[in-house]
Amino acid sequence: MGKPAIEVDNVSMKFSLSREKVDSLKDYIFKTIKREIQYNEFWALKNVTFTVEKGDRVGILGLNGAGKSTLLKVISGVFKPTEGHVEKHGKIVPLLELGAGFDPQYTGKENIYLYGAMLGYTKKFIDSKYDEIVEFSELQKFMDVPVKNYSSGMKSRLGFAIATVVEPKILILDEVLSVGDAKFRKKSENKILSMFDSGVTVLFVSHSLEQVKRLCNKAMILEKGKLIAYGDIDPISEQYSEMIGG
Amino acid sequence: MKKYIDNLRQYQFLLSELVKKGIKLKYRRSYLGILWSMLEPLLSMVVLTIVFGTLYGNTDKTFPVYILSGRLLYTFYSNATKAALKSIRSNSAMIKKVYVPKYLYPLSGVIYNYIIFLISLLVLGIVSAVLGVKPTIYLLQAPVALIIILILSYGCGMFLATIGVFFRDIEYLWTVVLMLIMYTCAIFYYPSKLLKSGWAWILKFNPLYCTIQIFRSAIFGEPMYAPYVIYAAAFSVGITILGLVCFKKKQDSFILYI
Repeated sequence: MGKPAIEVDNVSMKFSLSREKVDSLKDYIFKTIKREIQYNEFWALKNVTFTVEKGDRVGILGLNGAGKSTLLKVISGVFKPTEGHVEKHGKIVPLLELGAGFDPQYTGKENIYLYGAMLGYTKKFIDSKYDEIVEFSELQKFMDVPVKNYSSGMKSRLGFAIATVVEPKILILDEVLSVGDAKFRKKSENKILSMFDSGVTVLFVSHSLEQVKRLCNKAMILEKGKLIAYGDIDPISEQYSEMIGG
Repeated sequence: MKKYIDNLRQYQFLLSELVKKGIKLKYRRSYLGILWSMLEPLLSMVVLTIVFGTLYGNTDKTFPVYILSGRLLYTFYSNATKAALKSIRSNSAMIKKVYVPKYLYPLSGVIYNYIIFLISLLVLGIVSAVLGVKPTIYLLQAPVALIIILILSYGCGMFLATIGVFFRDIEYLWTVVLMLIMYTCAIFYYPSKLLKSGWAWILKFNPLYCTIQIFRSAIFGEPMYAPYVIYAAAFSVGITILGLVCFKKKQDSFILYI
């Protein structure tokens, strides 16, 4: 048994979906008086418990709406779970929806600093890694251009370059290995693989079973918010292909 | 308490980046840039002086200083609370993605407006010098007003940021409330007449009016009026505690509404 990197203890996440969207004061007052607000409770995750050991690369499998992204957001701290808690040992770098957090009016250069600060880097660290980030993203000529003029591929490239410049202890990947053109995809996959070699713990969401098999040594299956299987990659992937193959 | 200070230190760089962003983006693509933070109050002072001074027959030579001192404080309060109110939604892309303590967003909104406000105080210095309002020992009271207004804006901002997440109407409602506050702050009229009437409480219970009066007494070389100081300081601390408690209680559910 290695040391645990992430301990997820009996985590449940509830969303209240009101049938009609109530976000204006008028609606709220009238509907509260008339008792018209009805909430549909929806458990995106229900009693999920597992432990990821240091150096494990865990693929998370499941159909759309199984709770994969919710689980990743709970682990990265964006969502606070309704019940249970998550214990993390080491710095987490989430690679979710790359470049979604850029400020469109800011230039590429300014966004590197802003985004880096968001991820918890220090100014000195970004100063020292700035050239590396620019070089990896291949956007040397566009550093003084506002990001709103970037293409979506350029944005993702920059986001990827910033997020992966650290050597995180825990890496969270949500369908990010489909960034940019074929050449950059190859490059980013190599970068991720080189991080794997340094013993990083990985949580990986993908719909491609083949990709999960190639990159991960363990896997779990989520179905309707419940963890139904967790273990070594081979038996789990077999179980999953049976599930989706019918 | 130590936990909070450690936390703030850890995110100090992010806070300074957010503050920098606010200042930079405010004047981006304007030719005069940050100069506008001084030019704008100056120009509006000219307009207000023409309307409420010349046209209303007020011949006091220092009237522009009176207007400008009130307007600068009011503008800061208005901009800071508006920035804080919108801060959670305008940073929603980030909030959905990376965990960062959420109090940083309204805080940065208030701080960057405060820096712009401090820069714009230069104009007040220049106008005072030109119109012959000389600094006295009482100018040392000015920091009292400057600290109170910072706390007041931050407290209101945190409170507004919290309810603004759940009810978008607040943004529109707040602009109307701000207008009401502006007219009850005696920015471009002398309060003496109103203070003698039965409506004096409108001014006296307005913490922003009290703060503006403290600031003015510092500039015009008078001792500050103690009840105003006590009331404004107490109100500011009170609203800040209220704002922080509301924010802390509700911050985990922000993500479900943005």
